[in-house]
Amino acid sequence: MSYYHTKFLINLYRKMLEIRLLEESLVDPIIKGDIKTPCHLYSGQEAIAVGVCSALNKNDLIFGNHRSHGHYLAKGGDLSQLVAEIYCKETGCCKGRGGSMHVVSPEVGMLGAAPIVAGTISIALGAALAFKMKKEKRVVVSFFGDGATGEGVLYESLNFAALKKLPIIFACENNYYSTHMPINECRSNNDIYKIGISFGIPSYRIDGNDVLKVYEISRKAIKICREGNGPVFIQFDTYRLRGHVGPDDNIQGKRGDIRPKEEKEYWAKKDPIIKMENFLIRKKILDKKMKEKILLEVNRLVNKAHSFAINSPKPDKKEVTKYVFKKQEA
Amino acid sequence: MSLKNRKLKYSLAINEAIYQAMEKDESVFLIGQGVKSPWYVGNTTRGLINKFGKDRVIDTPVSENAITGCAVGAAICGMKPIVVHPRMDFMLYAMDPIINEAANWHFMTGGKLNVPIVIWGIINRGGEQGAQHSQALHGLFTHIPGLKVVAPSTPYDAKGLMISAILDPDPVIFVDDRWLYNIEGEVPNNFYTVPIGRANLIKMGEDVTLIASSYMVIEALKAVDELAYLGIDVELIDLRTLKPLDNELLIDSAKKTGRVVVVDGGWKTMGLAAEILARVMEGAFRYLKAPIARVTLPDSPAPASSVLEEAYYPRKEDIIIAIKKILSFS
Repeated sequence: MSYYHTKFLINLYRKMLEIRLLEESLVDPIIKGDIKTPCHLYSGQEAIAVGVCSALNKNDLIFGNHRSHGHYLAKGGDLSQLVAEIYCKETGCCKGRGGSMHVVSPEVGMLGAAPIVAGTISIALGAALAFKMKKEKRVVVSFFGDGATGEGVLYESLNFAALKKLPIIFACENNYYSTHMPINECRSNNDIYKIGISFGIPSYRIDGNDVLKVYEISRKAIKICREGNGPVFIQFDTYRLRGHVGPDDNIQGKRGDIRPKEEKEYWAKKDPIIKMENFLIRKKILDKKMKEKILLEVNRLVNKAHSFAINSPKPDKKEVTKYVFKKQEA
Repeated sequence: MSLKNRKLKYSLAINEAIYQAMEKDESVFLIGQGVKSPWYVGNTTRGLINKFGKDRVIDTPVSENAITGCAVGAAICGMKPIVVHPRMDFMLYAMDPIINEAANWHFMTGGKLNVPIVIWGIINRGGEQGAQHSQALHGLFTHIPGLKVVAPSTPYDAKGLMISAILDPDPVIFVDDRWLYNIEGEVPNNFYTVPIGRANLIKMGEDVTLIASSYMVIEALKAVDELAYLGIDVELIDLRTLKPLDNELLIDSAKKTGRVVVVDGGWKTMGLAAEILARVMEGAFRYLKAPIARVTLPDSPAPASSVLEEAYYPRKEDIIIAIKKILSFS
């Protein structure tokens, strides 16, 4: 394993914790009905967003999907504006017009998210084409789930990216479920990364719950892309600890889970944050006291973001059609 | 060099608009299937690839969904793409990037990101091509908030509206019709715009208002000439922009003549003609002397047989019958 700076490792841990605590802090308001926008919680998948985004430059771009709170935060998006958007307030990152499934932060390179499965893959492809045309050595990451491998646009995009050697990383987060459908009911095999190979694209399969492995493969992929030898395809295996949408089930606010108990227990043991925590303790980078301090600080940040959101104004009814166009014809 | 009264074919007017826009602004580029083949796009892209190279005039595989999404993504990242669909029927594969993404992006990001794209769809009717090579689908796109739709009928407007569409910060659907490509008209050689959202009063008249767009303006002009011999004075409006409609001009004319006939090259039910009818009722009800008449395609797919095609496409005779009918209403 490469040598890492202590501060860098702590930051990885801290960012994953921030995402987890944010997601878990949404559970009660969702159940109470204070948050209505459909929230697809990222709990359990944090190592992927954090590992990938830590390897990117600020001016590199990412595009997400319906489950993108983690991508937004990992790329450096503002926590308070994210929570305000989830409460659909005017101070949200999309001024309450987007909700949980459309979070953006152009200033840090989080350029969009959309819940149409595979919907942003081709958009990310275009961002990569723009970089190539402008001869900028920037890289784009498209985050999508295993469910998106059922959509034709993925294959069209892979072909075009390979054809034009575009600087794009196709980051497939395989959490083994496409909403309620287990992967073995959706796909004939589990080797998603082989899709990339058929287009002549360097393709990898990595433990998505190991943030350092994610970081290392991402660095490699980014280097390939920056040198003009993209695209790259990476399959990250992971598991969501919550339901498809909302805390537990397919229907927001309902309790219970459709997945086998043993399977959930197996993956709970592979929790990416606990894994990193154990690693840091083993390496004597983190101790109990420091861990509690970090937990306290991050919790405080999350609580502050909730207060900001709750106390923020709602959008003005009079502005219901504002932003349909940038240039409104008179 | 004086080219004041220079005449140019419709297809070459589009060609000149793209040429001049690409010359002026490096971020403008053309992408789509067949951009280097006259078989696909007529003369509209003549000389572009030689002048600007294949990196800015990008011929693509048959992947309408990904290629359109790719253009949307490039637009979000500061490029000004023109994506062409040489047959509008194939554009249906790209409904997701057009409607879900391009049309919504500015709104759902609270105005943070916009999509300065031209999506160019060519109608290819007639010639016994049948149902999937002949469809005029502009009415689908005028229904969508966040899209502007233009459909010029003259070479002058084709150039000016293509330039306006390229310069516009929002997604613009540019719809033209192969039946217009060989029509000649005066086209200044300078870089000029025709404003989006402004209809053109082609001829003033007192008896009846005739509203048309795209190729149907050609048939309308023939009808206007023939009716003039019969002493019927028709006011003819060319919509030019289908969305946003030039409400003021339409309503003022309806108030003046009290009689309105709308001609559309699309289908009848829920179509453009129906929308104009509704607007005239909203804005000029008390001034109307007769029910409004529509001349449209029947609610039927395009046939292949030329005998059936003759019955299918509305011509000047249909317009004349409609006008005579509402003039005889009392």
